[in-house]
Amino acid sequence: MAERPQPTQASLVRKAQAKSDYKPADVSPQRRVQSRYTVRLWSVRHARGLEWLYKHFASVFLTLHPVWKTLGYGRVERPVKFVERNVKGLLFDCRMCGQCVLSSTGMSCPMNCPKQLRNGPCGGVRANGNCEVEPDMPCVWVKAWEGSRAMREGDMILSVQKPVDQSLRETSSWLRVTAQAAAERDRAKVEQP
Amino acid sequence: MTGRPPQADENPAGIDLPLEPLPGHSSLGRLERVLRRGEFAVTAELNPPDSANPADVYERAAIFDGWVDGINAVDASGANCHMSSVGICALLTRMGYAPIMQIACRDRNRIAIQGDVLGASAMGVGNILCLTGDGVQAGDQPGAKPVFDLDCMSLLETIRTMRDESKFLSGRKLTTPPAVFLGAAINPFAPPIDFRPHRLAKKIAAGAQFVQSQYCYDVPMFREYMKRVRDMGLTEHCFVMCGVGPLASARTARWMRSNVPGVHIPDTVIERLEGAENQKLEGKRLCIDIINEVKEIEGVSGVHMMAYRQEELVAEIVHDAGVLKGRRPWRKEPRADDMQVAERLEQILGEETTERQQEMAKDAAN
Repeated sequence: MAERPQPTQASLVRKAQAKSDYKPADVSPQRRVQSRYTVRLWSVRHARGLEWLYKHFASVFLTLHPVWKTLGYGRVERPVKFVERNVKGLLFDCRMCGQCVLSSTGMSCPMNCPKQLRNGPCGGVRANGNCEVEPDMPCVWVKAWEGSRAMREGDMILSVQKPVDQSLRETSSWLRVTAQAAAERDRAKVEQP
Repeated sequence: MTGRPPQADENPAGIDLPLEPLPGHSSLGRLERVLRRGEFAVTAELNPPDSANPADVYERAAIFDGWVDGINAVDASGANCHMSSVGICALLTRMGYAPIMQIACRDRNRIAIQGDVLGASAMGVGNILCLTGDGVQAGDQPGAKPVFDLDCMSLLETIRTMRDESKFLSGRKLTTPPAVFLGAAINPFAPPIDFRPHRLAKKIAAGAQFVQSQYCYDVPMFREYMKRVRDMGLTEHCFVMCGVGPLASARTARWMRSNVPGVHIPDTVIERLEGAENQKLEGKRLCIDIINEVKEIEGVSGVHMMAYRQEELVAEIVHDAGVLKGRRPWRKEPRADDMQVAERLEQILGEETTERQQEMAKDAAN
């Protein structure tokens, strides 16, 4: 009696694919990450500590604003970007989108989501909390929610994020935030002498 | 023009024309009127054709005639290629239907999407459902480039800005903003469960006015979700429609559970189907039972029927569940001029006489 479910076009396509001994580990076409997600998950577990560290690091960077300015932001970009890429790459599998929102996403980088969602998990999260696209990867946003619960200002995850500005890719988010904060500070000084 | 008493929510000047604007309404469409009047709304999903024949769309839409308040035109659902949602909507609005245009962020970037919103609104589309979209790996073209330029949240915000502030994302002015009723999707059944109500709050903050849920087969879970949503006061700002659909068999249910992203089907449901003699009939009964349960949940404003390849069951299920309470949604009925054309056609085809101008003039004078 039970009706045989019709095979979908997707399964037919998959079946028709040429057989090969080599099967890539990840299926996301965005970027193939061969990591085990261990460090990334460690960062989420230590979201509170990292939040504290980040806050102090940002203020140190801001105090150094005169230094950056004297040297020229353009001139320090290369070394800063190098450090930023490697530090954040190690800790968060950073993709250098140039507009870091880690503090609003529980220290779990949303650019690692195959759909690059910046505003929360999609409806496709598996029952075990893994990604729909990459069955072996824990959903970036499930982890983000866990991380945000540990953070002091974790409720930042509830604010709506703007779409990614693709023209800022491969630029330093640290320098941008510092320059903006410095400008903000100067403006406040002018308004309230 | 219609020559017959106009139906509720119909422009007397023509079925394909937008309705009179009402205060507090953001669209000129039928679905928003039904929901804002507090009536229990029913929407259904159209199975998009793999063809360039407009008749295919009309045939599939006619199945729902008189039973639904809105028809969802899916945008390559499951990342499978079909006729585009803009195309389906343009065809449907010509015939007076109220389509809900789905936009998935998977296939187009912000430039294309904003252009489509304007085009759709110009064609008379009154409702837009903003989705992120399934990953390309789920569909028939896994080698496609996933776009995901916007996500559903920024898409909602973009269209809301276009509508309320008359400008593109870039800030450039629009001369006529798109009058659309904005929708979004919710999935109360996927982890992280705690975050799901907050995500709805975010969607509402971004501009969602109604939401349609993923297939609901776990009513206690949905009830729990709705309770939290009510406690957060979200149902006052947004109409929640519960997604339902008949399962053809236990086998299909199992297959859906493991192959369709985001579908949660509890074991009890599969056991109930397995135990039945006629699984298809049991699937229909199960769907009716679920509708009867969810319609009693406070804050649920309607149901969204997703009866993929079982579209013929929609009318029966809506009837048997009694959710319309005797109300008859708009249906396509012939207008006075349609009748004249039909009569004339009958005359031409049926009668053997040759018409002469002299006799015709004599008849007309009498």
